[in-house]
Amino acid sequence: MMEIARPSPATPAGPAPAALRPHTPLLRRLGAFDWLYALALMLGAAFALVRYHAVMDVYDDLILVLQVPVLAVIGWQWKPFRAFLAAVALLALASIALYQGDLARAEQTFLLKYLISSQTAIMWMSALIFIATGAYWLGLLARSDFAERTGSALTWIAAVMGATGLFVRWYESYLLGPEIGHIPISNLYEVFVLFALMTALLYLYYEGRYATRRMGAFVMIVISAAVAFLLWYTFTREAHEIQPLIPALQSYWMKVHVPTNFIGYGAFAVSAMVGTAYLLAERGILASRLPPLRVLEDVMYKAIAIGFAFFTIATILGALWAAEAWGTYWQWDPKETWALIVWLNYATWLHMRLTKGLRGAVLAWWAVAGLLVTTFAFIGVNMFLTGLHSYGAL
Amino acid sequence: MHSGIARALFELFSSMRFAISLLTILSIASVVGTVVRQNEPFNAYLNQFGPFWFPVFEKLGLYSVYNAGWFLVILAFLVLSTTLCIVRQTAPMLREMRSFRERAREASLRSFAHRVSLVPALPPADAVERAQAYLAHAGFTSRVADNGEGTLLAARQGSAGRIGYFFAHGAIVLICIGGLLDGNLPLRLQVWLGDKHTTAADQVIANIPPSARLGTGNPSFRGDVFIPEGRSTSFAVLGLADGILLQELPFNVTLDKFHIEHYQNGMPKRFASDIRITDRSSGQTTRHTIEVNHPLTVDGVTLYQSSFEDGGSKLAIKARSLLPGRPGVLREIEGVVGESLAFADGAAGFSYTLEFTDFRAFNVEDMRGNEGGQGDEGEAAPRGMDKLQRHLGSGAKGAEVRDLRNIGPSFTFKLRDPAGQAREFHNYMLPIEQGGRWFLYTGLRDAQADAFRYMRIPLDERGGVDAWFAIRDRLLDPAQRDALVARFAARSFPAGRGQDAMREALVQSARQTLGLFAEKGYETLGGFIEKSVPEAERGPAADVLVRILQGLAWEAWMLHREAGGEPPLQLDPARATFVNDTIAAISDSQFYGAPAWLQLDGFEERHATVLQATRSPGMPLVYLGALLLVLGVFAMLYIRERRLFVLVKPNEALVAMSSNRRALDVDEAFRQHVEGLAAMLGAPVPASEPREGA
Ligand code: HEM
Repeated sequence: MMEIARPSPATPAGPAPAALRPHTPLLRRLGAFDWLYALALMLGAAFALVRYHAVMDVYDDLILVLQVPVLAVIGWQWKPFRAFLAAVALLALASIALYQGDLARAEQTFLLKYLISSQTAIMWMSALIFIATGAYWLGLLARSDFAERTGSALTWIAAVMGATGLFVRWYESYLLGPEIGHIPISNLYEVFVLFALMTALLYLYYEGRYATRRMGAFVMIVISAAVAFLLWYTFTREAHEIQPLIPALQSYWMKVHVPTNFIGYGAFAVSAMVGTAYLLAERGILASRLPPLRVLEDVMYKAIAIGFAFFTIATILGALWAAEAWGTYWQWDPKETWALIVWLNYATWLHMRLTKGLRGAVLAWWAVAGLLVTTFAFIGVNMFLTGLHSYGAL
Repeated sequence: MHSGIARALFELFSSMRFAISLLTILSIASVVGTVVRQNEPFNAYLNQFGPFWFPVFEKLGLYSVYNAGWFLVILAFLVLSTTLCIVRQTAPMLREMRSFRERAREASLRSFAHRVSLVPALPPADAVERAQAYLAHAGFTSRVADNGEGTLLAARQGSAGRIGYFFAHGAIVLICIGGLLDGNLPLRLQVWLGDKHTTAADQVIANIPPSARLGTGNPSFRGDVFIPEGRSTSFAVLGLADGILLQELPFNVTLDKFHIEHYQNGMPKRFASDIRITDRSSGQTTRHTIEVNHPLTVDGVTLYQSSFEDGGSKLAIKARSLLPGRPGVLREIEGVVGESLAFADGAAGFSYTLEFTDFRAFNVEDMRGNEGGQGDEGEAAPRGMDKLQRHLGSGAKGAEVRDLRNIGPSFTFKLRDPAGQAREFHNYMLPIEQGGRWFLYTGLRDAQADAFRYMRIPLDERGGVDAWFAIRDRLLDPAQRDALVARFAARSFPAGRGQDAMREALVQSARQTLGLFAEKGYETLGGFIEKSVPEAERGPAADVLVRILQGLAWEAWMLHREAGGEPPLQLDPARATFVNDTIAAISDSQFYGAPAWLQLDGFEERHATVLQATRSPGMPLVYLGALLLVLGVFAMLYIRERRLFVLVKPNEALVAMSSNRRALDVDEAFRQHVEGLAAMLGAPVPASEPREGA
């Protein structure tokens, strides 16, 4: 038998040959930079603990500390996320430094007024989302790699501005008065920013994971729609004004329930838009420019899976909160009921795919319909039905 | 035969098709309950759906969908179906989790979607050893079997994910059962089996019969506990569709104080009850504060801050007469919110029951856009870049669009006539400013479902409502009418200037105007013009009548001042406005439907808290279920079960992979494993490996 380039025999104790690397546990794959990143997270958390100790209770401390490993793992798995976090941290801290504890400086300081006060940052996010949408479409239609890369970069920057806006808004709420200060996820305006941010980040993750920017044109449509609503809400209803928390919302459950929910909503939105792309490509429309059907189908599934998992947690957290605020974990309030409907819908979707082996257009249509149901649960309930959820009537 | 049917039913109920149908039906059924508002009073539904549909919908249980029999049956089927599904899947799943499928044949491996043939550079024994080392490193557990065709390495990973199936589906069953225990089914069973009967709400507790009382042993309930400040109770009221039941609590609750705090902008900030819990057997007392989001659990009963009401505030009231010819205060009343008293006057011929329903010490209202707020029209709305500019900066801006103000105390009451018809009133204690003028507001409505319509009584120069009442009395009282008209006419056309005829004409029209106005205010005047004046001349004619009314009202005001020994006034724009407001309010007052206006002079506020008391035996089950559900869902979705087979033959290593989930990452993983194995076995990596089709 011929000797060809033999790899050294692998003994369980020896170092893993290159071939084995992908299967090495995450922790053993980390380099110095990864640990530096983790260290930065820890220092950041420690800084926040010391600096904002006065306004945090034990639950806040706990959540902050738990975030460190979570963000570390996300950053290790998804490298660009680290740059995102660093940029948000820098901008938010710069904004806070510029404020010097005085709200009026938002009008006097150029950088605050035109870049990194909360409203301005959110306006930047809005504008960038629109431009990014255009860039992705240009890239798709003109087959321009450059335009697509621009779209991607702009979406990253938009996400940075959106996250900065929310953090700074959080800070601003405390400047209004210590008793008013609260995390900015307490009304429809704030959660729309959160929705745009979450959806953009989830999309960017899949963009990197599947190494294709071609889905951006579709996913950005739904983000743009959310931003359009946000602007309408700002300009006609002055909804951006920071309001104090009514008693029902003064709960640490809110801080975990709402963001979890929006990972769910964002993922469902991504799946529906990828489903739309699938349906078009399947009919031959844009088929040569979109990723292969099996990629679209896979993203659709992945998004629904992550959305379903987080929506399950969110609904449970909502029930735990309801138990504390209203005395029962479930009382068929319209918002709760619609959350259940959304959940059942995607549970059925998953059964169809995973146990019945259903594939293709039916699931794509279903994912699109799922977004309609989700949208109704998200804002339709507030607009058309009455219930206990005080969360932003329109 | 029997077992045949049982078998078929088992097949049906545990089938995926049945489960998916159930999930769909459950979703649709849930929608119904969000479209029709649930658990409202029956007459609200009667109004909404009309006499034909109301009973139909009632039979269908649409007013309480989630407690309706058919809905519970769907849930029961879901529990049944999921349970049977678990039963059915248990044996095959466990088998799957344990087996390595080491008896797989070469032919079957070659039919796998993911398979590739490598040519190892090693003798088979070494190749087996190397491949084994690779599999162990890649996180597989494996078995070696010699199946006659070669040495088969059968490896698997992620089988634990199947436990997720049991967790998640078992969780559904747990949650449904727990939810059932905490729903109102146990209560309805007690009503049904335990000879309990609901009774009417609004009765004195002592009068409630034992058949409507539930003992402290009741394992599952949810009810309201109403306690005025300074009082105690040991009962919760459970509301059912057709009445209430009284639930005895294992302790006494006393409300020491109820706190309401507001933010500066008037939004509510804190509701809290300072309570004392007294154990009935030991007599021990403990103090607690219950707030929204901060409940208290005692003796297995959890108390939540649910809402608050008036707990019997004392109101000092003056009933100011609205009866023409009987000016002044009819009566001084000491009212208590929640109580009622007779309000009758033989001479004036009225007889009502006065029911005080609510009192509020604070009323924060958005006063923007009130007519008269000229500020708004003054500046043009910003456009374009200006508008954008306004929305840059901090999120603290934006207050200019709202004008929240505390407009002081108010109370509501009902006047019920002997026929049982009631009209509801809402009176403010303090005047409210609008566009530089001040008014006292009083609202009325005929039905609970209506909004209040408000009458605005203008304040006079001394900041009171005496002038308004006096002017009204003089305008509406027929006995004073002639004197008023004569004086008005004489003032307009003084005697001795040869204007007698005109004066006489004015007397006639003034008398007629007043007569009409005294009926239903502007409405009768308008009707009169419409009937008797040609369309083209209606405008000027109306002007004339309004001018006459203004003159009469002014004259009535001056007469009132004269009677009080005050000097007459000079007419100026502010006073003219006052006269117009006065006339408008007098016109509205013709529809007021009460013999008097109740003026609030003083109050002694007393709150009552409404706590919710629950005992939820299903809660631990539900929470356990929730935990299992999360673990199960994540396990099912993210622990990937994979089987890798390496069949080592003298000149070939056949690599095949299967997974219980078909997704792109399976392709990717297979590619990596093939590369890894090829490297370990010193085999060239095949150019392209077969892939699953799209
Ligand atoms: C409210 C009811 C139910 C919910 C929320 C639910 C949820 C889920 C979820 C989220 C999955 C994960 C998708 C997957 O990985 O396959 C799943 C899988 C599955 N479900 Fe259900 N399920 C429900 C009822 C049922 C019923 C009644 C059956 C019985 C027919 C059933 C049979 C299965 C099976 C066989 C799987 C695949 C398990 C596996 O291959 O690992 N489910 N279910």
